[in-house]
Amino acid sequence: MKEYRTINKVSGPLVFAEVDEAIGYDEIVEIETPAGEVKRGQVLESTDRFVAIQVFEGTEGIDRQCTVRFLGETMKMDVTEDLLGRVLDGSGRPIDGGPEIVPEERRDIVGAALNPHAREYPAEFIQTGVSGIDGMNTLVRGQKLPLFSGSGLPHNALALQIARQATVPEEDEAEGESTEFAVVFAAMGITAEEANDFIDDFERTGALERSVVFMNLADDPSVERTVTPRLALTTAEYLAFEKGYHMLVILTDMTNYCEALREIGAAREEVPGRRGYPGYMYTDLAMLYERAGRIQGQEGSITQIPILTMPGDDDTHPIPDLTGYITEGQIYVDRDLDSKGVEPPINVLPSLSRLMDEGIGEGLTREDHKGVSDQLYAAYAEGEDLRALVNIVGREALDERDNRYLDFAERFETEFIQQGYDTNRTIEDTLDIAWELLSMLPKDELHRIDEEHIETYYVEDAAETVGAEAD
Amino acid sequence: MSQATQTEAVREDGTITGVSGPVVTAVGLEARMNDVVYVGDEGLMGEVIEIEGDETTIQVYEETSGVGPGEPVENTGNPLTVDLGPGMLDSIYDGVQRPLDVLETIMGSFLDRGVDAPGIDLEKEWEFTPTVEVGDEVGPGEVVGTVPETESIDHKVMVPPTFDEGIVAEVNDGAYTVDDPVVVLESGEEITMRQEWPVRRARPTADKHSPIVPLVTGQRIQDGLFPIAKGGTAAIPGPFGSGKTVTQQSLAKFADADIVVYIGCGERGNEMTEVIEDFPELPDPQTGNPLMSRTCLIANTSNMPVAARESCVYTGITIAEYYRDMGYDVALMADSTSRWAEAMREISSRLEEMPGEEGYPAYLSARLSQFYERAGLFTLLNGEQGSISVVGAVSPPGGDFSEPVTQNTLRIVKTFWALDSDLAERRHFPAINWDESYSLYKSQLDPWFVENVAEDYPELRQWAVDILDEEGELQEIVQLVGKDALPEDQQLTLEVARFVREAWLQQNALHDVDRYCPPEKTYAILQAIQTYHDEAFAALDAGVPVEDIRDASAPPRLNRIGTTEDYEPFIEKLVDDMTEELRGLY
Ligand SMILES: Nc1ncnc2c1ncn2[C@@H]1O[C@H](COP(=O)(O)OP(=O)(O)OP(=O)(O)O)[C@@H](O)[C@H]1O
Ligand SMILES: [Mg+2]
Repeated sequence: MKEYRTINKVSGPLVFAEVDEAIGYDEIVEIETPAGEVKRGQVLESTDRFVAIQVFEGTEGIDRQCTVRFLGETMKMDVTEDLLGRVLDGSGRPIDGGPEIVPEERRDIVGAALNPHAREYPAEFIQTGVSGIDGMNTLVRGQKLPLFSGSGLPHNALALQIARQATVPEEDEAEGESTEFAVVFAAMGITAEEANDFIDDFERTGALERSVVFMNLADDPSVERTVTPRLALTTAEYLAFEKGYHMLVILTDMTNYCEALREIGAAREEVPGRRGYPGYMYTDLAMLYERAGRIQGQEGSITQIPILTMPGDDDTHPIPDLTGYITEGQIYVDRDLDSKGVEPPINVLPSLSRLMDEGIGEGLTREDHKGVSDQLYAAYAEGEDLRALVNIVGREALDERDNRYLDFAERFETEFIQQGYDTNRTIEDTLDIAWELLSMLPKDELHRIDEEHIETYYVEDAAETVGAEAD
Repeated sequence: MSQATQTEAVREDGTITGVSGPVVTAVGLEARMNDVVYVGDEGLMGEVIEIEGDETTIQVYEETSGVGPGEPVENTGNPLTVDLGPGMLDSIYDGVQRPLDVLETIMGSFLDRGVDAPGIDLEKEWEFTPTVEVGDEVGPGEVVGTVPETESIDHKVMVPPTFDEGIVAEVNDGAYTVDDPVVVLESGEEITMRQEWPVRRARPTADKHSPIVPLVTGQRIQDGLFPIAKGGTAAIPGPFGSGKTVTQQSLAKFADADIVVYIGCGERGNEMTEVIEDFPELPDPQTGNPLMSRTCLIANTSNMPVAARESCVYTGITIAEYYRDMGYDVALMADSTSRWAEAMREISSRLEEMPGEEGYPAYLSARLSQFYERAGLFTLLNGEQGSISVVGAVSPPGGDFSEPVTQNTLRIVKTFWALDSDLAERRHFPAINWDESYSLYKSQLDPWFVENVAEDYPELRQWAVDILDEEGELQEIVQLVGKDALPEDQQLTLEVARFVREAWLQQNALHDVDRYCPPEKTYAILQAIQTYHDEAFAALDAGVPVEDIRDASAPPRLNRIGTTEDYEPFIEKLVDDMTEELRGLY
């Protein structure tokens, strides 16, 4: 391996060095400072005269005296089943004081694209125990469903609740198969306090044993954030498709990941795309999110829950926008509901699960699920509209029908969505609550629901029953 | 591309000097613009996109990690082509026509690099039935025989458009591979079942016409309000989650085209998987055969290489043209053209070209129009007619239609189905906004609807449009004063409009019955709503209070016609019940 002492430019997170041999694109580089500190980086551009290197640990301390070594391979992750239970840094090195990791395999972290012909369409209902998700934006095994949140909102509490409660009900226990998920948790630029919330919760519930944690915290180098999710997903792919685990991958916070991409793009003086983010950010994000899924004939699966905080709560910002264009739906964590005290503050209207349809219904959840969900949407949307109107014209100006919808919207938030972070509702509970609310409306308004299901589930005189229960 | 190259070493016609993502530069190559080259020791497929002095710039269709300067580049000397012949239907290809099922058997579940496979099976024998005899004179584009390609489609074997007119000297009836000559001309030229064609060049036709027959979509809002012609163009722009893919898939399933080419361009893997799983099961409403037997899929998902995303729309439209040349009506869906435009932008910025609007290359608009221009109703070289209808999804950043891809597309296409996040949020699907959308084909298609569906089809449609317009105006007032402040007749209009929206415009693509609505049913539902309108207003005129009309129990059944399979007796009974109930109020 040849060493160079030819650095001729350092700019932001990038280092440029002259070379006289062929260096592969994406290859891993070690840069050693005169003081003996070794930093790792990756080739971003390779020509026959020079290479551009992005340095993961930040470029401070790098000068022209440093030695550059090209390792002749692209970035790899050491994978083994023993990673379960371990805490690693953002570059995949253990930081929990545990034993050295003996890899069973070394895998390229970029990850090849899954052939669409080899995929299996995700269709197994995951019960998260959260009504706003299970009832109306159902998650299925192998889906990628992000949380769209804002700074200061309780997205972590919700993510933890999902991680704790997620099960695939009705699986044949006779087969001795565990319905629990193994978790890969990748932190990118979140605070130590937030990270501790996760780890403490994992420890408290014993989930840590089934988890692999990657930690790039707020004060860790930002460029490292571009590799952390790739290491995490490579680990998840190994555990899912070699070892047969059902993996739940939580990536947080994707906003910090994208900021790191932007930083590198700016340092390379690339023509920026929308709001300064690189033009290739869609592709880059897709290369992460598309690593969720199921493969035909394979036991395991990867379900992804990326979390992102929308700058200014604006979902047209490129980070949520591009994410929404790639993921299979999104769950909105909403500031207004949060300030109303609704826990979890899920705003179902803009939320969506695109894979819901295949995972619900007779034999999967319940026969009435689809219709109930559609009807809840329509009724809540109508109630929401009326709220705007009521502010102007007052309740008296509304007829009886409209008043019912207003009441419906209110109770929908306080009884259906509101449940707290420790309540684990079965899908039957969720649908039963839905029927209590829908039964406030006249039967012939429920035209999204099959008539036979109305006959079965409609609660006559609902207003009184529920009112009594609520006390 | 055709020949498999995975085993041979890459010939060193040129040498790599630089690599940056999907863009590679090389010297010594002596290639022409758009030549296909094999890059690096692994022989990754690429295409020449810029030449400057001795330096050639190449876009590579595969991941370039680990590729470095000094590695060889081989020039094929040919532009990017597709293999055309029997076997394209019931297939799924990536953006450069590599069959994904074959790739899976070669390299497993994940897509590896440097593997090529021919677009059509070169070994398979097809049963060729000639339609010409020795001594016949045949010209370019002429059909010389047929091959039963799938249950639904007879593949027609044609004289390549590049051939001269000639006399048939030999005809070979029977089972042959695509490379065996099936017809030989006196000039010695051999006609096989396979043609190669450069994807960036439109296949020639004799003439283009203004279309007059609708592509019947089986979707109420489309057939009813904003029809597209066979040979027409349409765009579906909308923010994420508004229903572009579901709409395109509904068209691919139910539109009355002979052939469907479905391009997943830079979108989700699972969406393609869904098509692969569903289409072999679902019946084509026209023939009853599995949908897959009329469908060719092209899948270059978002995580597959960007350069192949740029080429996949060309691969798709060239395959569509080939079936058009056989005289078929082809429908092509591209989901999403924005990803294609972004691929152009990404490559262009790596070339450090002068960016145009929002970083897109200045040639964006030219490329878009060249693509949509390949749609149309044509007279073919052989005198027959064939058509290509093109429906492109557009994914505007932030859902803002003022961005360059939407705007440039709007300048070209004649049907505009504008999706609306507000409608999608309230689960009004398809979330096509009826105020913003339009079809410029309406009047030229009306004669067809009048003749084939109902004489007053255009009038009834206009009635629906008027009701919706009126509702729009009244809603503005309601927002200020509340519904009760409106006069009774206006309140009733709102009620009628609600049925137009909920019972007619809304259509559940996920419901077994509702997902496909033949034009007769589209008409019948609207007619039933009109009957309700007439009876309700008659009741109002007779002094019945609007509340009583609203509380009538029969009319809400209008909302159930869509999901009712045997709708005719259902409507008949409903109309009787409504009439009786409403007349009973006075
Ligand atoms: N006609 C319809 N009937 C029922 N549901 C629909 C219909 N159209 C859309 N939907 C619902 O909306 C969801 C999103 O639709 P779709 O995936 O087509 O959006 P999209 O516009 O393609 O989004 P993206 O740009 O992110 O790909 C679907 O998963 C489905 O639940
Ligand atoms: Mg889509």
